Amino acid sequence: MEKTQNNKAWFLVLPVLVLVAFSAILPLMTVVNYAFNDTFGQNEFFWAGLDWFEEMVTSDRLQDALGRQILFSLIILAIEVPLGIFIALNMPKKGFWASFCLVLMALPLLIPFNVVGTIWQIFGRVDIGLLGYTLAAMGIDYNYTNDPLDAWITVVVMDVWHWTSLVALLCYAGLQSIPQAYYQAARIDQATRWSVFRYIELPKMKGVLLIAVLLRFMDSFMIYTEPFVVTGGGPGNSTTFLSIDLAKMATGQFDLGPAAAFSIMYFLVILLISWVFYTVMTNLDREEAH
Amino acid sequence: MSRITLSNLAHSYLANPASDADYALKEMDHVWQDGGAYALLGASGCGKTTLLNIISGLVRPSQGRVLFGDRDVTDAATTERNIAQVFQFPVVYDTMTVRDNLAFPLRNRGMDAAYIARRVGQIAKMIGMEDILSKKARGLTADAKQKISLGRGMVREDVNAILFDEPLTVIDPHMKWELRTQLKDLHREFGHTMIYVTHDQTEALTFAQTVVVMHEGRVVQMGTPEELFETPAHTFVGYFIGSPGMNLFDAEVTGSEAHLQGATVPLDAAYAPTAGRTQIGIRPDYVALSDQGLPVVVKRVEDVGRHRILRAELAGQPLNAILPEGMSLPADPRVTFPAGKINVYVNDWRVQPTAIPGKA
Repeated sequence: MEKTQNNKAWFLVLPVLVLVAFSAILPLMTVVNYAFNDTFGQNEFFWAGLDWFEEMVTSDRLQDALGRQILFSLIILAIEVPLGIFIALNMPKKGFWASFCLVLMALPLLIPFNVVGTIWQIFGRVDIGLLGYTLAAMGIDYNYTNDPLDAWITVVVMDVWHWTSLVALLCYAGLQSIPQAYYQAARIDQATRWSVFRYIELPKMKGVLLIAVLLRFMDSFMIYTEPFVVTGGGPGNSTTFLSIDLAKMATGQFDLGPAAAFSIMYFLVILLISWVFYTVMTNLDREEAH
Repeated sequence: MSRITLSNLAHSYLANPASDADYALKEMDHVWQDGGAYALLGASGCGKTTLLNIISGLVRPSQGRVLFGDRDVTDAATTERNIAQVFQFPVVYDTMTVRDNLAFPLRNRGMDAAYIARRVGQIAKMIGMEDILSKKARGLTADAKQKISLGRGMVREDVNAILFDEPLTVIDPHMKWELRTQLKDLHREFGHTMIYVTHDQTEALTFAQTVVVMHEGRVVQMGTPEELFETPAHTFVGYFIGSPGMNLFDAEVTGSEAHLQGATVPLDAAYAPTAGRTQIGIRPDYVALSDQGLPVVVKRVEDVGRHRILRAELAGQPLNAILPEGMSLPADPRVTFPAGKINVYVNDWRVQPTAIPGKA
């Protein structure tokens, strides 16, 4: 049968296009405008070419923030992905406790970012916070406000607490889709627990795991609110990640030109890494099929 | 390889079974001989798969013991039982190659590489997949996947038994016949105990030396195809085996005579007085059509190719008879039942005669 071609359907997406233009494309263009111009207010702009970009690429401050950012994303991925898989594997498969665990796991995901930050900011305080006070009582020298390592640990643990559920829930969904017959066949074939994971569970989880890793990477690479509320980027600059630095530059110092150039590069880097990551993963998948 | 004994076995999927109806498998005692080829036959939902899963250890019975040889394996995990099972729907490990799929059970047992290669080669040849051994086992047809599953089931030589749970359901008819023949060859060659679950009587009768018929959670008869045909132990066997199934008529049996609403049918043996619903059963193949005997009302005649089937009514109860080739229907059709071919059932179970003249 011939497929009917009807291009009029495109008109149906027009409203969305208009909305997106106002909410995303136009603001983005303003940023582009700032990135290539210099301004002293009064709506006067002077062409600056790639100067801001050059300044940003060679800036130590930005390179340091980028380094911290990459380190942070790698650490939380290395913790959250295996931990999420582990939790998903051990969650009850059905009955009351399955629903109970699902709700429990979903709870951190429902809390607004700044509330998460506030929770941990208070939780970790040595004077009134349960965690900080307990650690201090145990004789452990913990203070996230003046020890960079303690600040990092706090921010990482907070992210793990906030987002491991997402990985676990996605993996759980993947696991639930495996027919019982696979486990039975594996028992008949005398497969070990590891083989069951390696040849049955992991392959079936691969699709959702890819999405989980992508989401966690993008989110962690753009993290702003929680560390900002807890540490404010400190002590010193030790937990100043890219977006915190960007906000400081743009709304703190009003260096709009450099900040615009910075954010465009930031955006492109995330886009690039996500694209490379996605392409590599899907290509691996395709190669395996042959 | 070993003899499988089911002792006092019963299973319910409910935690606290109250009545008989709560049991998927009613209490049973059976011995499956070492090296036997068994077919487990029965309608859907009669407990065939449950029984199979209990033997392989996927399901733990709620009561009774399972013995392999003299070893009690009731509480042993599936992996300890060294048993192969092929399921109704194919299971392949699709990140592995076909070769690795076939080798998987052997590798899990820690066999050496040379042996594995040789054995996988044999099995691949048998299922006709030698040329795609190195391909990933994905994007295959249901046929091909099931052949891999079968191959994985047969690859271990030292298994205690191989269980087949309607394995050929998804396979096309031509391949079905071929694979069944190969399974029989395999049995002849290696002498594994094989249990083959099916609801297709042709499949059961061609595969097995012993056919086990299940009905509503019970094994109603275990016997050769001939025994099932000649002396069904239960009316269900009579009805399920044979095409069409056995004719059953409500009758009164006194001594060596059956009374069928006024008509008298002589039996070849004397029976003790019966209590409960009494029926006599005769295969359509043995119903003789002639101009004397019991009058029947002809409904229709069906031509099924090899022969014709007469659908009629005898004393208000349906009767089927197989008409010999070329025989024409008499004007006033009557039937006679050869005395030796009649079985007597009380409450659906066959009863033995008290005395068989000339045979005892």
